[in-house]
Amino acid sequence: MHNVEKYNYLKELSHKLRLRILELTYGVKKSGAHVGGGLSCVEILATLYGSILKFDINNPLDRNRDRFILSKGHGAIALYSVLEQVGFISKEELDQFEVNGYPYYAHASRNLLKGIEFSGGSLGLGLSYAIGVAILCKKENLNNHIYVLLGDGECDEGLVWESLMSAAHFNLTNLTVIVDCNGLQSDGYTSVIMNHSALSDKFISFGFNVIDIDGHDLNVLHDALKVKDLTRPNAIIAHTVKGKGVSFMENNKKWHHGSLTSDEYEQAVSEQK
Amino acid sequence: MVVNNKLNSRVYSKLGQSGASFGVGLLEALKLYPDLIVLSADMSKTAGLDRFKSMYPDQFFNVGIAEQNLIGIAAGMSSEGKKVIVTAQAAFISMRSFEQVRQYMGYMHSDIIAIGIGAGFSLTFFGNTHYAIEDISIMRSIPGMTILSPSDAGQATKALVAATELNAPVYIRFTGTMNCPIVYNEDYKLEVGKAIQVKEGTNITIIATGSMVYNSIKAAEIVEKEGLSVRVIDMHTIKPLDIDILKKCCKSKFFVSVEEHNIVGGLGTAISELIASQNNFPTLLRLGVMDSFSHPGDYAFLLKQNRLQPEQIAEDILIKNKSII
Repeated sequence: MHNVEKYNYLKELSHKLRLRILELTYGVKKSGAHVGGGLSCVEILATLYGSILKFDINNPLDRNRDRFILSKGHGAIALYSVLEQVGFISKEELDQFEVNGYPYYAHASRNLLKGIEFSGGSLGLGLSYAIGVAILCKKENLNNHIYVLLGDGECDEGLVWESLMSAAHFNLTNLTVIVDCNGLQSDGYTSVIMNHSALSDKFISFGFNVIDIDGHDLNVLHDALKVKDLTRPNAIIAHTVKGKGVSFMENNKKWHHGSLTSDEYEQAVSEQK
Repeated sequence: MVVNNKLNSRVYSKLGQSGASFGVGLLEALKLYPDLIVLSADMSKTAGLDRFKSMYPDQFFNVGIAEQNLIGIAAGMSSEGKKVIVTAQAAFISMRSFEQVRQYMGYMHSDIIAIGIGAGFSLTFFGNTHYAIEDISIMRSIPGMTILSPSDAGQATKALVAATELNAPVYIRFTGTMNCPIVYNEDYKLEVGKAIQVKEGTNITIIATGSMVYNSIKAAEIVEKEGLSVRVIDMHTIKPLDIDILKKCCKSKFFVSVEEHNIVGGLGTAISELIASQNNFPTLLRLGVMDSFSHPGDYAFLLKQNRLQPEQIAEDILIKNKSII
């Protein structure tokens, strides 16, 4: 990406997302939120919604829209935040995050009018669904692209591999799978819980064009999402840091799902520049 | 329109429920939804889909032996506005991919028709891994799911067409084997949620589903030799249950449910749940698989082992009759 203006916009967007994720987490008090995995995918979502995805908030059912399917459903806190920034969800609506009876809770529920394509939560299910969407969009020659965000812990699920196998089989050149590879899952390091050493090699062997990148580098992310292999499904292994941007959360499994005290919240906010 | 008459019924019967439904019913469904899509988990030949595949190659997708992905892909396609029919063995579509069925078809209300072939004991010598005696129970527990269980091959073709017209998640279980018995020789209208009285009677009411409708008619004839009058109802829709027809029969001395399914969670359980909430309803004799696995053998052997042959059903009904003063 050689556009300074765009870069600054994405940087500012990422900054706003982090602040909002922290605010929402603090807002739910002791019940806590999936803050670590939300922070690790901030730049990925900012780049997608700020620069890559084709959508129109005034025409949310447009069949030619790009689809973003959040398979790592606990990243919903980040998804809501970016949907708020681009205008799908109002501030007043999102202020009701995890309030009884309101539709914004830990795992997003499909609502196309709010830009939510998929009801996430049960890991591994978003990719399979995306395969069906991609087959249909390709069959109907729609002018769009399907993006799916997986977690690296999520790749423990067998359904992920059934789905990956079918992506190449059906030659889904309109599909890009992004793995938010933050190296941690609920119980600890993915390398300890279930080691998927050489994740990229596995994707390559499943027929994907694969690129390994720094998932927090906006320039690199933008270029990786923009340039696609047109002969195969594409995958981006985005190496990220769980809890990115908050010193006491980074690489700490405690913050997979956690709650913030007022002191912690103040410190976390003060670290955002 | 799928028409039932003596000749057609014989042809359907030869094909079995699955063969008739996919060979005949599907082509009828295509008239309603010309762009409908069929997916299979490596079961297209077994299901009788060869004809459809060769006629509409762009509308058929095989996802391999991957039932979980089968339902996920179908849900993605359904979200793009397509009518999608999926098929795999009943045991695997209900159990291997239960969570996918619950999530995509239940929670996300994807407009998918899931067809379980080889339900009950139809896979005979394949053994217990391949029997589906729990699928009704599993599917009943999912909010919003419609469950159809056709009683003969002609009804299986009608069930598929009726399901496509519902615009809702539907599970259809196919029981029996090829050359299955014929329940209906004349044409009739199949309405989802409206059970059919296939035999009149006043003393006892048998409520049967799937393959057990025919056996229940035969059982009723045996029981009637003892001077009793037995009504038989074809409960082809298990969810939603036709409560009205059961209310009309509530003067019966007792009810009998008969199903090629575990007595836990199936048709008998659904009727018990109704009885528990009603005043002045008769008691219920539940016949089916008595919460056990079976010793594999041919279809007749398995039905006999589980006391589901007409003479055995009749015997159990007469014992129950004697026990009520």
